[in-house]
Amino acid sequence: MTHPAIAANGLRKSYGEKVVLDGIDLTVPQGSVFALLGPNGAGKTTVVKILSTLIATDHGQARVGGHDLATESQAVRAAIGVTGQFSAVDGLITGEENMLLMADLHHLSKREGRRVAAELLERFDLVEAAKKPASTYSGGMKRRLDIAMTLVGDPRIIFLDEPTTGLDPRSRHTMWQIIRELVAGGVTVFLTTQYLEEADQLADRIAVLDNGKIAAEGSAEELKRLIPGGHIRLRFTDPSTYRSAATALREATRDDEALTLQIPGDGSHRELRAVLDQLEAADVEADEVSVHTPDLDDVFFALTGPADLPTQSQSKETVR
Amino acid sequence: MSGLSLALRDSNTMLRRNLLHARRYPSLTLNLLLTPIMLLLLFVYIFGDVMSAGIGGGADRSDYIAYLVPGLLLMTIGSTTIGTAVSVSTDMSEGIIARFRTMAIHRGSVLIGHVVGSVLQSVLSVVLVGAVAVAIGFRSTDATALEWLAAFGLLVLFALALTWIAVGMGLVSPNAEAASNNALPLILLPLLSSAFVPVDGMPGWFQPIAEYQPFTPAIETLRGLLLGSHIGHNAWLAIAWCLGLAALGHLWSASTFNRDPK
Repeated sequence: MTHPAIAANGLRKSYGEKVVLDGIDLTVPQGSVFALLGPNGAGKTTVVKILSTLIATDHGQARVGGHDLATESQAVRAAIGVTGQFSAVDGLITGEENMLLMADLHHLSKREGRRVAAELLERFDLVEAAKKPASTYSGGMKRRLDIAMTLVGDPRIIFLDEPTTGLDPRSRHTMWQIIRELVAGGVTVFLTTQYLEEADQLADRIAVLDNGKIAAEGSAEELKRLIPGGHIRLRFTDPSTYRSAATALREATRDDEALTLQIPGDGSHRELRAVLDQLEAADVEADEVSVHTPDLDDVFFALTGPADLPTQSQSKETVR
Repeated sequence: MSGLSLALRDSNTMLRRNLLHARRYPSLTLNLLLTPIMLLLLFVYIFGDVMSAGIGGGADRSDYIAYLVPGLLLMTIGSTTIGTAVSVSTDMSEGIIARFRTMAIHRGSVLIGHVVGSVLQSVLSVVLVGAVAVAIGFRSTDATALEWLAAFGLLVLFALALTWIAVGMGLVSPNAEAASNNALPLILLPLLSSAFVPVDGMPGWFQPIAEYQPFTPAIETLRGLLLGSHIGHNAWLAIAWCLGLAALGHLWSASTFNRDPK
């Protein structure tokens, strides 16, 4: 059986007048990591809620784990694990009791349940805290317990809705490590994030969601290729040197305050030499040369409509 | 696993979860228990002499204890179910409910766990308030084993009915405070029943309301079973109210819970 882990077609959802999802098509192959990337309010959580059977879609259909979302929702539920954006742990009982609760709901035998709970508590570094109420856990610990609970039923498809939002850098890296281990075990991961770095680090495929539509989809490399944004950056300390360089390099974008010049280009050896040759001819020397390749930030801002952040040169214009 | 055994197993798991909550955080249940016990002591020791005159027939304080206790036992159930509404509402605001909804478990088990747990708490509360009543002098005059059993059955049925209503109230309340307010009638209704004074002593226009509201028939039936007073049509009225409220509360709760969460 080689059906995709998730296949969605034309998902639409609106609340009253407000259209949250406006025709979403997705295919996630088994064993891969798919990242849904988008700003707040783009509809990421709504996609997760629909695909995890929490809410129904208004239009369109989807199959998760080979089962139809609308007609075989219990079969879908048996195949998935979900860690929502807000921690889905029972704060009134201890971490261990939370794990045993999950074991009971997955109908494991008492012995099997204890074994799985102990194993996961150990794996997620929660043994010491196991006997404490989950409400006393830190954000990172709660998130780890949350994922540990999701794993009790050994799901083959896991939804992670903003798994690292609100975590400190160390916890974030721990979470990334956890996700990589899951994937190594053959699990399909569907994650949402507003962090471009996270999508870049983890995902095989990335879809950029904006205003309820998929603005672009592809691997991180493919997305980066979609937009130009590479440039060579020259920084000067002496204003007169800077001015001579600016005159020599006509195509450069000037930033007079920071004394830097940006020359569009892909950062190839030949381009770099050409720029340096021009500087040499004008008899000036840059204090710092750096090559900037487009990253997902560039893609993100280029794709998600009117840029929230004006480009540097524009902002300088308005300041002046 | 077949549908029924799945339902039983998951409901049992949810029940254990709720009992664990109640055991870890007993303060809510115990606070709610204070109201009927305070009222019992207040009406017996402070107002007892005056109130006993109100029930007629040259009754004294010990007669009034006997009159008061059946009503207070049912009021205890009303009071306990306020806790049910609050804990259901609190529970629904927790992320774990969303987790349950995405798991292949019996859909109704979350609510059934709450209901069974709450009925058990009601029974325990009734036993505690009953113990206080016995300690201050309440005695059943002539109840047979069968009548005790019937009295117990009535209390459980009544608890089941109010609990399903309270679960519905908890589900539609956005937070614990609202749930507590919405469930207030469950403890106010007994004040407008025959729990403290006979319905005959109330204004004429109000008597039908007091007589046919859910608490009065149940109180009169319990009185008849424990103290040998006349029950009449109250038994059927009480059972009809209980079944009706339980069915209504169940339908209301189930349809509210099954709606898509926001």
